[in-house]
Amino acid sequence: MTNGLDLEFSFNEALKSFGVPSEIAHIIWLPFPMLIVLVAAVVGVLVTVWLERKISAAAQQRIGPEYAGALGVLQPIADGLKLLVKEDIIPEKADSILFTAGPILVLVPVILSWLIVPFGQNLLISNVGVGIFLWIALSSIQPIGLLMSGYASNNKYSLLGGLRAAAQSISYEIPLALSVLAIVMMTNSLSTVDIVEQQSGAGILSWNIWRQPIGFVIFWICALAECERLPFDLPEAEEELVAGYQTEYAGMKFALFYLGSYINLILSALLVSVLYLGGWGFPIPVETISRILNIPIDTSLVQVITATLGIVMTILKAYLLVFIAILLRWTTPRVRIDQLLDLGWKFLLPISLANLLLTAGLKLALPKFFGG
Amino acid sequence: MSIAVTTQLICFSILSLIIIVGSLGVVLLESIVYSAFLLGGVFMSVAGLYLLLNASFVAAAQVLVYVGAINVLILFAIMLVNKKEDLKPIKYLNSRKLISSTICITLLSLLVRVDLTDTWIIADPKLSIGEESTIRLGEHLFSDYLLPFEVASVLLLMAMIGAIVLARRDVLSEDISTGLPVDQELIEKSDKPLLTQKK
Repeated sequence: MTNGLDLEFSFNEALKSFGVPSEIAHIIWLPFPMLIVLVAAVVGVLVTVWLERKISAAAQQRIGPEYAGALGVLQPIADGLKLLVKEDIIPEKADSILFTAGPILVLVPVILSWLIVPFGQNLLISNVGVGIFLWIALSSIQPIGLLMSGYASNNKYSLLGGLRAAAQSISYEIPLALSVLAIVMMTNSLSTVDIVEQQSGAGILSWNIWRQPIGFVIFWICALAECERLPFDLPEAEEELVAGYQTEYAGMKFALFYLGSYINLILSALLVSVLYLGGWGFPIPVETISRILNIPIDTSLVQVITATLGIVMTILKAYLLVFIAILLRWTTPRVRIDQLLDLGWKFLLPISLANLLLTAGLKLALPKFFGG
Repeated sequence: MSIAVTTQLICFSILSLIIIVGSLGVVLLESIVYSAFLLGGVFMSVAGLYLLLNASFVAAAQVLVYVGAINVLILFAIMLVNKKEDLKPIKYLNSRKLISSTICITLLSLLVRVDLTDTWIIADPKLSIGEESTIRLGEHLFSDYLLPFEVASVLLLMAMIGAIVLARRDVLSEDISTGLPVDQELIEKSDKPLLTQKK
């Protein structure tokens, strides 16, 4: 196993050389990856909002934002600043404690889930053993925040929107978890790092998408439904309904919902790339390239290049998926609520169970290709 | 005391405080919605305690099952049937409260006594299996605990079939609660008109 770049180790060594005890060095190190990931998530949201505006404009033969910065790149920042300085309104008859706690409960689990997203061998906040299971558990907290904000608004549209959103995210959680389970069964591990390692054998050929095509489609559909993206954006349905659970929200509290949904979209795209598209792996394995070029893989320069390539590949794959999600949003019609529940319970759930069974069978029959 | 131990102690005290205050709130608060949300908080803190005990898989399972499924279901039930209606005053409310609190305090003192008199065997923290625990749990579930595991799955299947039968009223010819014949088309029952009649 190649170790790649280990920034934490180098950082701790550097501090130790100044005579700092290792425990203190560890504590000084702790906030850095968290801050970097938080900033990365927010910048990712800004980029996605800009992409969404530009691509939707292109889909509708408009130009889109163009005055704020070159090609309108500063438009998302202007949007964010506008929300930041808007008045924070709590309706008079609303339950102010729950009204404030709702958006926080929606956002925090999503940001916490970034804990397990790997950008390289050692480039993740924490390689926890339960990895992908932690993400599934955390994403199941979100419905409580939705119900809470729907209830606290003291508005029938909000309450109905909250119930709808929670029902949708609960019913799509099950096929999602089952398709992840098929991957976990092939990897013999819940850790995201192990899942990527298992796909790194033969470059693009060993990615899970070839071994789990059904799982990939199910996961992508469920991820879109979990993020409440069109064609599954029933809780909000901007053009048709009163805006669902966020009807009464304004200013920064509304911005938290907005931020949460976009961070969740990027997170889902990142996890699809980790689970099915080989994570940080380059289509041609880096080991093969270095062997052909006759460069030892352990030199520090090669390690830095490999790590950079890993980050670039992860983000590239994720943004390719974000692009597909945006295209889907502006080109597909919305499903009805009964179609949504039918699709979830009568189609995706049986298919994902069958996929799990098929994976188990193939794992026994062809242990070489499906993880022994 | 090293930094890790201090952090653990602080986390443990905060979590236990949340659990005790939160569960008191669940029982004592008048508003049922607050109780349900506090219950979610208590479940989360219990998951935090599992994390402190190095059982990350159990902690994640606790969050998934108790917070993500059970608590959400409770909230759903509350919000779907949250009709504003005046409840009938309960007779002898004070004496009822007195009796139930006496029983609860007796049970608590019994538990405290057991806790204080029993000698607890504390496992060596160095023997903790940590991340291995997921594998070990799976091994136990499919060897020595296979029968309870299978029985639990049969129980869940029964509950699921029961729920389907209840949801599909056309299987039953008459409504269980009212004894009236079940008609799928007409939601309006003869004894409960949906529209208020003009007088």
